[in-house]
Amino acid sequence: MSRNTRINALLLLVVVALAVLPLALGLGEGREEPFAGADAQAETAIAENAPDYEPWFTPLYEPPSGEVESALFSLQAALGAGVLTYYFGLRRGRRQGEERARAGAADDAGAATATPAAADVRADGPAASGE
Amino acid sequence: MHIAEGFLPREHAVAWTLAAAPFVVHGVRALTREVRANPESTLLLGASGAFTFVLSALKIPSVTGSCSHPTGTGLGAILFRPPIMAVLGTITLLFQALLLAHGGLTTLGANVFSMAVVGPWAGYGTYRLLRRSGVPLMVAVFFGAFVADLSTYCVTSVQLALAFPDPASGLTGALVKFGGIFAVTQVPLAVSEGLLTVLVMRLLRQSSKGELARLGVLPAADATKGAVVR
Repeated sequence: MSRNTRINALLLLVVVALAVLPLALGLGEGREEPFAGADAQAETAIAENAPDYEPWFTPLYEPPSGEVESALFSLQAALGAGVLTYYFGLRRGRRQGEERARAGAADDAGAATATPAAADVRADGPAASGE
Repeated sequence: MHIAEGFLPREHAVAWTLAAAPFVVHGVRALTREVRANPESTLLLGASGAFTFVLSALKIPSVTGSCSHPTGTGLGAILFRPPIMAVLGTITLLFQALLLAHGGLTTLGANVFSMAVVGPWAGYGTYRLLRRSGVPLMVAVFFGAFVADLSTYCVTSVQLALAFPDPASGLTGALVKFGGIFAVTQVPLAVSEGLLTVLVMRLLRQSSKGELARLGVLPAADATKGAVVR
């Protein structure tokens, strides 16, 4: 693994650790609903501060269940991840293609100028070894 | 940081919408200009938007025992400047408001203001300031993304405190309350977002040197060096 790859892997590892540690250490224990969303907690806090407040507008569309909601959330993440990997894949492919094209061009150019010399070598070679 | 549909009083909802609208309109102009001037940047623009899509869909556990999600706006703000990020962030928020019942149309203005306006500007400002004081690129990128993420949640806390002051302790009490829910939870997530943004920037530095130089993230000298390699 190159140094670059190792650093990238280490970055990912720390991110994973940051997400897993609160779960592993059981930091959600003692809460009514461990690891609930902060957005939902804010709604509860609003209800505490303003018990009379009534939301005056409801979502036009609401996922019918937690499952459908999580499916839509994964769809969002998948869309994003798909576009991101498309970008990096395309870049990599282009770079490799350019390198190959350049290497090919260099070979052609090398072959064109080297042909007479190579022919000489080939002509001399067996003769030389035959001597 | 999504304030739920209908959870801001009408006057507040209208005020935040009015505050956010000019930034988004200006952003749309900046985006059109960018795409027209540099059609090849469309791909990287898409990738920046995609980064926001991924990160804001991930609800991650935090030390406070609750879950929240990063915003992913730092990257696009550093690459394309905050106005363009205002548009990409708004698209993400609109997607979540319409399909996920996460956030809402009446609170879109407030959410856009925190995630797509203040976050990107605060992150970009931090990044520029650090760069100008000679801080290495990746360190500046980390703090730019960190600040973009955390400041978004601070704004949300202020927005809710303004709308729902504590009956006993008033605005300050409400700020402490909402700040405890949002800002404290967000600190480790902002670190994660900073690290992920550094990771993506490192990959970009490998794969898109020319593009980064054109956007002014890498010095032009690096680009010519990169151009030989490319």
